[in-house]
Amino acid sequence: MGEGQYRLSKDVLERVNELDNTVVKAVEADDEDGFHASFEEMLEAIRSEGEHLGDEEIETSDIIVPPSDTSFAEAAAEFTGEGLIPD
Amino acid sequence: MAGMSGRMSTVIKAKISKLLDKAEDPGETLDYSYTRQLESLQQVKKGIADVVTAKKRLGMQAQKLEQSVVKLDTQARQALAQGNEELARMALERKQLAQTELQSLDQQVAELQSQQDKLTESEKRLRTKIEAFRTKKEVIKAQYSAAEAQVRISEAATGVGEEMADVGLAMQRAVDKTEDMKARASAVEELEAAGTFEDLTQLGSGQDDIDRELAQLGTGGMVDDELAKMKAELGSGSAPAPAELESGEGTKP
Repeated sequence: MGEGQYRLSKDVLERVNELDNTVVKAVEADDEDGFHASFEEMLEAIRSEGEHLGDEEIETSDIIVPPSDTSFAEAAAEFTGEGLIPD
Repeated sequence: MAGMSGRMSTVIKAKISKLLDKAEDPGETLDYSYTRQLESLQQVKKGIADVVTAKKRLGMQAQKLEQSVVKLDTQARQALAQGNEELARMALERKQLAQTELQSLDQQVAELQSQQDKLTESEKRLRTKIEAFRTKKEVIKAQYSAAEAQVRISEAATGVGEEMADVGLAMQRAVDKTEDMKARASAVEELEAAGTFEDLTQLGSGQDDIDRELAQLGTGGMVDDELAKMKAELGSGSAPAPAELESGEGTKP
């Protein structure tokens, strides 16, 4: 999400996964409000529950979260077309 | 990676990995991948510079538009005082348009500012990370056998690479937005150039392209309101003659 890396505990990771699925469902259901709500909640969970890694720590990421200003249209395109990152 | 079923991030992760695969040659030496990282950092710096330039340009245009708004307002008053309501209306229509543009420019400048802040923060993070990579690379070179070093360093390079791709993604989007704004800014410049009357008498009855566009924009209602307000201020219903104005409102300009 362009905000550095966070280390998540198992519990938080599960919650993020659930929220991530909710986000995807909202996108598939064409529910823009739902998308923004769940996406915000997911980012907030990562920011508040995750442990922010120092900039000098080098770790590979297990998951990569899209930037916080991702629009509904971009998210929708991510699953159908090129989206944020070209295929 | 058990339980990793989040699809949104999984899609992003998969795509980023693909980007990295394209970028990273497995045969790259340690020092070469460090050089590549520095190049990417330069790209991010360039991206920030682009955003700053675009922001400055938009800021300058906002200033010009503000001047236009004042000028058009004065011209509308002058026209009305001279009894030329049609011309006053045209000036007000253009003023309305300039104000709308001004609002959207202010919003865009604020948006670019937040992009700039975010990118600057990312650049700092990336720089620290690349420096850490440099240190780690030297340690690995000194302590491990060639084969083991290759494994460890490619892990580290992936870590930095992901960060880079993440930052690169943010940067690309910022630059794309800047491009959109540049195109819009050019359009505003044209509007600004054509939007004020250099000579009030010249445009007395003419209908140019801008007038037709203005009519289509449907700012009529607001213009009517403002025109009525201006008339009231000038103390006259339809402003037939300057003499009547003077008797009504004294020496008010």
